[in-house]
Amino acid sequence: MQIILNGQQKNLDHNITLSTLLDSLNLQPDTMVAEINGRIIKPGSYPQLELKDGDKVELIRFVGGG
Amino acid sequence: MLSIADTSFSSRLFVGTGKFASSSIMRQAVEASGSEMVTVALRRVDLENPADDIMTALDLTKIHFLPNTSGARNAEEAIRLAHLARAASGTSWLKLEVTPDPRTLLPDPVDTLKATEELVREGFTVLPYINADPILALRLQDAGAAAVMPLASPIGTNQGIRTTMQVEIIIAQARVPVVLDAGIGAPSHAAQAMEMGADAVLVNTALAVAGDPVRMARAFKAAVEAGREAFEAGLGRQSKTASASSPLSGMLTADLNFIQA
Amino acid sequence: MPPSIPQFSQLRQWLAPATGDDVRAALTGKRLDIHDLAALLSPAAEQFLPEMAARSGEVTIQRFGRTTQIYAPLYLSNFCINRCAYCGFAAGNPIPRRKLTLDEAEAEAMILYKRGFRHILLVSGEAPKTLGVDYLEAITLRLRDRFAALSIEVQPLDEDEYDRLFKAGITAVAVYQETYDRRVYDRVHLAGKKCDYDYRIGTPDRAGAAGYREIGIGALLGLADWRAEGLALGLHLQWLRKRFWQTAFTVSFPRLRPAAGAFEPLVTVSEKNLSQLMFSLRLFDPDVGLILSTREEARFRDGMLGLAPTRYSAGSCTAPGGYTSGEHDGEQFSIGDLRTMSEVCSMVAAKGFDPVCKDWDREFQTQGNSTAAPSIQQV
Repeated sequence: MQIILNGQQKNLDHNITLSTLLDSLNLQPDTMVAEINGRIIKPGSYPQLELKDGDKVELIRFVGGG
Repeated sequence: MLSIADTSFSSRLFVGTGKFASSSIMRQAVEASGSEMVTVALRRVDLENPADDIMTALDLTKIHFLPNTSGARNAEEAIRLAHLARAASGTSWLKLEVTPDPRTLLPDPVDTLKATEELVREGFTVLPYINADPILALRLQDAGAAAVMPLASPIGTNQGIRTTMQVEIIIAQARVPVVLDAGIGAPSHAAQAMEMGADAVLVNTALAVAGDPVRMARAFKAAVEAGREAFEAGLGRQSKTASASSPLSGMLTADLNFIQA
Repeated sequence: MPPSIPQFSQLRQWLAPATGDDVRAALTGKRLDIHDLAALLSPAAEQFLPEMAARSGEVTIQRFGRTTQIYAPLYLSNFCINRCAYCGFAAGNPIPRRKLTLDEAEAEAMILYKRGFRHILLVSGEAPKTLGVDYLEAITLRLRDRFAALSIEVQPLDEDEYDRLFKAGITAVAVYQETYDRRVYDRVHLAGKKCDYDYRIGTPDRAGAAGYREIGIGALLGLADWRAEGLALGLHLQWLRKRFWQTAFTVSFPRLRPAAGAFEPLVTVSEKNLSQLMFSLRLFDPDVGLILSTREEARFRDGMLGLAPTRYSAGSCTAPGGYTSGEHDGEQFSIGDLRTMSEVCSMVAAKGFDPVCKDWDREFQTQGNSTAAPSIQQV
C-alpha cells in the first residue's frame, strides 16, 4: 500500500500502526505531533492506529524559529 | 516583574531559536541570555535527520516555549499550525505570525486579527506579531490578545527601532505587555526599546549571526536590564536649552493679568 | 469594576514633595505621567504659572487648532431626590419646581436652535420617577435631526439605559463625581441615590460600554483640596482612556457659585487655582476636551481662550423654561458670564478663533458598536 508521508509517496509492505512507522523512522513520539488526513492524532492512540492506503501523514515537530 | 497572562518572567529578553549555526550554540546562547521564553517554529520532521530535536536541546524546566506560526500566509493556515503547536508542546501559548509576503515577511493585519479572535475563543494565549500600528494593537487587545508584539523594523534587517512614534503610542495605550520584536540588531536597540517602556524585546537574528552568539547573548541580557532599570528610574528629560541652572529661561510666558487676584 | 482612586491623604503625599525642578521637567517633557501631573498641580508650580499657560496654549492650539466649541445647556427639570449640600436643586430647597413637557422642552431647544446652537446639553435634576429614560428618549427623538450633538447631564443610568439613549441619538454623557474625596463626598451628599460614591464613579464605565463617542467627567471645585482633586481627575481619565480607547473625553471644573440654600464653599478655589488646574490637565493629556462654562466671569473666560479650554457654553440659563420666559427663578446656580451667544462668538472671533457650533453630523455615525463600519455604496 501507499501513503503520503510529509509530502512524499511512501510504499509500505503491509498495514502497520503509526507507532511502528515512527519506530522504523527512529522518531520519539513525545517530541512531535502526527496529523493524518488533516486530523491531529492523540499520542496515546499511536499503537492502535492502523494506517490505510492513501493516508496523508504529516509528522511535525519544533525547529528553531523566531 | 513582567507578567503575561498570569505567568511571571524575571527576564525581559525573549530569544528566537532560528538561524543558529548549531543547536548546541543556540542552547548556549539561550542560557547566556538568561531568557525564560524562547520562540520555536513548527516544521515537518526531517526524515533524513530524525535525531535533530530542539525540545531536547533546551532545559524546559526553566524556559517557556512559545511556538510561532511562521510560514502561515493567512488566518486559516495559522490556526492549523496553532492546533499542531498545541498538540506538540502541550502549551496553548502562541506567537501568532501571519506573513503573506515572503519577501518582507511583514505581518497581515486583517488575518492576524481574524486568527486572534478565533484562537482566543479556543482558549489559546495569543501574542500576535504585528506592524507597529496602534489601532491594530488596540483591536487585538479588545479581541483578547495576551500581549502585542510590534516590529521595530522589518524582520532580519537589524535596523533598530524605525517605528518609534507608533511604538510610543502603542506603549502609552497598552493594557497588556508590549514586546518589541523584529529588527532589533544591536544591544543598544534593545536598551532603547526598554527605555521607551517596552515590557520586553524579542531577539533572534542579532544573536544567531553574531561572531560569537554566546557573548552577544550576554550583551543583550545586560542591555535589556540596563534599559529597563533606566525606564524604572525615570530618565531625565531632554532639554532644548543648554543652561542647567535655569532651563526655562528661554521659555515663552503668557500674560495672566486677566486673572483676579 | 469602577476605578479605585487613592485616598486624598495619599494623593497629597504625591503632591507635597514636588519641587521647582520637577515642574521644569514636566514643562519640558514630552509624555507626562501622573507624577508630572502632581508636580504641575503642586504649590511649587505656582511661580511657573505664566510658563505653564504658554505651554498649555501651545499644546491646545496644536491639537485643537484656533477653534473653540460653543454649546448651551437646556434644563429640562429641577426636581431632585438627592440632597446635595451645595446644589440649588437639592430636595427640600424652597424653589419653584418645574419639569418641562416634551412640547415645552422642544420649544426651548428651538429657541437655542434659532440662536445658532447645534450642540445642546440636556440637564435635569436627579428624579428618575419624574424624569426617566422614556422622557429622555422621547425628547432625543424629537431633537436629534436638528442638533449635531446632544449631550446629557442627568441621573446616572444603567448600561442598558445608556444603550437605549445612544440608539435614540444622544452623543455624549456627562457625569461628574463632584468630589473624589470619599470623606467629603459622604459629608455633602446628605440623601438620595447619589450618596453611593461607587455607583457614581462607575457611571462613565457604563456609558463607555454603551459606545458613546464622548464622555465628560468633572469635579466641583470648592468641596475638597483642588490639587488632589486634579490628580484624581487625571487618574480617572487615565483609567477611562485605557478601557475606552474609542471614546473622547472631556473634563469640567465647575467652581461653586452662590446658590439658593446658601452653601458656603468648604474650600476657596481662586481663578488662579482654576487656571493652574486647567493648564496641568492640558499638559498631562493633550487630547482631552476642557470645558469652561458660564459659571465663570466673562473677563476670565476671555483671558483663558486658547490657553487650555476647548469648549465654552454661552447664553446659558440654568432654570427649566428660562429661555422661553426669560426668568431665572428656580435656577441651579447663577451665571458669571451673562453675554448672549452671539456676543461670546464675537469675542471668540475677535481673538482670532473660530467659534464652532457643530463639528460632527450624526448622519455619518453608526449606532451601536462603532467598529462596525457603515456599508459603503459604490458609485
